Amino acid sequence: MIPGYAGKCLEVDLSTGDIKDIKFADDVLREYVGGRGLAAKILWDRLGSKWETVDPLGSENILLLLTGPLTGYFPGGRTCVSGKSPQSNGVVGSTLSGEFGIELRCAGYDGIVVTGQAEEPVYLYVKDSDAEIRDAGAVWGKDAKQTVAALTRECRGLLQDRFPGKGEWKEPSMLYIGPAGENKVRTAIVGAKWTHAAGYGGYGAVMGSKRLKAVVVKGSGALPEVNSLEKILQLNEIVSADVYRNELWRRWGTGYLGYEVASKKSSEPVKNWQEEWHDKKSLGVDQYENKFWVKSYWGDFGCPTTCLKIAVIKEGKHKGAVTDAPDYELQAYLGPNLGIYTPEDIVFLSSLINDLGLCGLQTGNTLGFAAELFQRGILTKDDLDGIEPVWGSTEAFEVLARKIAHREGIGDILAEGAARAALKIGKIKNIDVSPYAVHVAGIGVGAHGIRSGKDYPQIISYACSVQGGDHTSTAYLPLSDPSSELAMIFHDSAVYCWFNMYYSEPKLKFDFYEAATGQESSQNDWDNIKALRILQLQRAMLLLGGPDLKWNLKTHDDNPQRFYEPLPSGPFKCKTVDRSRVEKERRQYYQAVGWDENGMPTTQVLKKLGLESVDTALRKLR
Amino acid sequence: MPTEPIWIARDLSKCSGCRRCEIACSLFHEKRVWPEASRIRVFMFVPGTDFPHFCAQCEGYPCVGACPTNALSVNNETSAVLVDPEKCSACGQCIDACPGRIPHMHPKENHILICDLCGGDPQCVKACQEGLWNVLQKVARTWYTYNQTLYARKPEEIARDLAAKIYGEQGKEFL
Repeated sequence: MIPGYAGKCLEVDLSTGDIKDIKFADDVLREYVGGRGLAAKILWDRLGSKWETVDPLGSENILLLLTGPLTGYFPGGRTCVSGKSPQSNGVVGSTLSGEFGIELRCAGYDGIVVTGQAEEPVYLYVKDSDAEIRDAGAVWGKDAKQTVAALTRECRGLLQDRFPGKGEWKEPSMLYIGPAGENKVRTAIVGAKWTHAAGYGGYGAVMGSKRLKAVVVKGSGALPEVNSLEKILQLNEIVSADVYRNELWRRWGTGYLGYEVASKKSSEPVKNWQEEWHDKKSLGVDQYENKFWVKSYWGDFGCPTTCLKIAVIKEGKHKGAVTDAPDYELQAYLGPNLGIYTPEDIVFLSSLINDLGLCGLQTGNTLGFAAELFQRGILTKDDLDGIEPVWGSTEAFEVLARKIAHREGIGDILAEGAARAALKIGKIKNIDVSPYAVHVAGIGVGAHGIRSGKDYPQIISYACSVQGGDHTSTAYLPLSDPSSELAMIFHDSAVYCWFNMYYSEPKLKFDFYEAATGQESSQNDWDNIKALRILQLQRAMLLLGGPDLKWNLKTHDDNPQRFYEPLPSGPFKCKTVDRSRVEKERRQYYQAVGWDENGMPTTQVLKKLGLESVDTALRKLR
Repeated sequence: MPTEPIWIARDLSKCSGCRRCEIACSLFHEKRVWPEASRIRVFMFVPGTDFPHFCAQCEGYPCVGACPTNALSVNNETSAVLVDPEKCSACGQCIDACPGRIPHMHPKENHILICDLCGGDPQCVKACQEGLWNVLQKVARTWYTYNQTLYARKPEEIARDLAAKIYGEQGKEFL
């Protein structure tokens, strides 16, 4: 067995109720590491031969909750959620913070594989090697805060009752869905601790389709043994010292970017990306800090950064709203993207989105899309159930978000996310509204624009990513760059928070992996073999698509049309993205990762990586 | 190491929930990263009300008095309660005697766990100070004459108070 791993996963079939332990061969773990990489491997092995027919929201899909060999050891614990994505029809490694992955590893598991579909709402409860499927009827329909409270009480009660002589039990950790996930909204999250979200991919809808409300875990063992604990502790000290030296993220999280990305970089979504600049000083981070933060440093297992902050509104019409900071992405997508510049309203919408179990980015992206259609007179008040989403109308967006979460009226269409809603609305209105859906491969782009060229993504970052609009997994040249998709595959497969890697030498992550697993690793090996293999699997599944949508190879590796319109305002007014430059850089990227001129992985590269089955499956698309 | 009696002062509502105290404690005592075997444990019944729960070294040490096997003793140099795992029968009477139900069983071995102040150099405090959260602070017990027994409170009680302090009236809905 390779050090650093618990050595087994739990597999649960919700259709039959069968629960068993499964193991992966050492070679599989060496090649695919864990998290995102292992998810791609599991999904390809089990569903690859029929990928295009698998409905992500059907019982055939597989939900994966996976850790990696660095989870709990690298500062800042995370868990990777995956499966066939109801957004892209490909595979997204969607990670979220919290103690879930640590509890799971302390229970003796590297991950959980959930198949099938329960007949009635259930949740999965795991205590060390014991797992049981339990009735979730009492929490079905409950929001995030109600669900966390009820299941914390219930499961801690189980621990106290079953192991009374042990003293006071700490609460177990859980992942859950809100009403949006239950209603199979494609922009639904898998959540933790009220505010933490695995958003990209839409796996909340997958949990909902399986009628799985939550997974609750308590592990009483130690983290799996590593190859060299001494070395791990030394590296941990370096990472922490690097973090402590850089106070910015510690003090303000990413919240400070709400003003900065717009005013200085012109790269923030404003009114559904019609603009990317504003100079609203009302969005200064101090406006949140001084008015709303009740906790200035909040974090998860082992994190030296603790970039989260807790905001509470204590008076006025939004009294009672509770959320984290909000972070940059939610602040941008639920703020300027909707024409809202009031911190109080942004905190309120962020709290609401958390409670409903929606993704702030993807839902903010969809709300902005709807508001632009309203602005253009394409969707009318009548189409929108009497709602008038003019820019800045917080109340209208509140009602729309609730309708989306419950799939009521127009919410049923918008619950499909901007990409699919555009196709539906286009049919109804007989007009092409796709240009207003700012997505790549069904995934709304992160709140970092590319037109000014001042923020970090490159002009091909979203277009060529195997996770579409995901701003945490950007295609990037050179491939060895710390911002490249290959580096992100490492973070998401070893499963830890890459924010804590941001200030350290890129090589350190490979040293960390070696210290944990005893397996040799290098940038070269990662970029040319392992990460490339995972990338090809994800690429293949994205290209094969799903029953409702397939991506056209010739056209889908491209930016949303909006990014080719000149910026209308700000210091970079008139700047835009040059199509010929995109074509040139796309060709360079294809070449670098072993894809032909059409973006299809070449037979030669697939064979070199030992992916013959992928080559066979892709023949029908060649 | 000769030392003077100390106490770990605590500012619970500032806890970031990073749990680096648990990591430091379990590494020092168990040579493993082992949250459930840590003598200091961060409870989080309500997100955002994370707090460390560990021995307060009560005046009169009710846990020591309740132990039927003389497995518990007080170290006069540090003021810590020491557990003799050989003598401990894991009966749990010290848990019931503690006003805060703070002692808990080792998850794999048959004995109780109580903070021993790391012989006067508490590792949890170092971890907390290093990151400037300063929730935990080492103070000289001689000058800290408040009745520490009052600090030994049950996790539910502390969670309820912190939820009210941080979230106001609605705090109780979250429990």
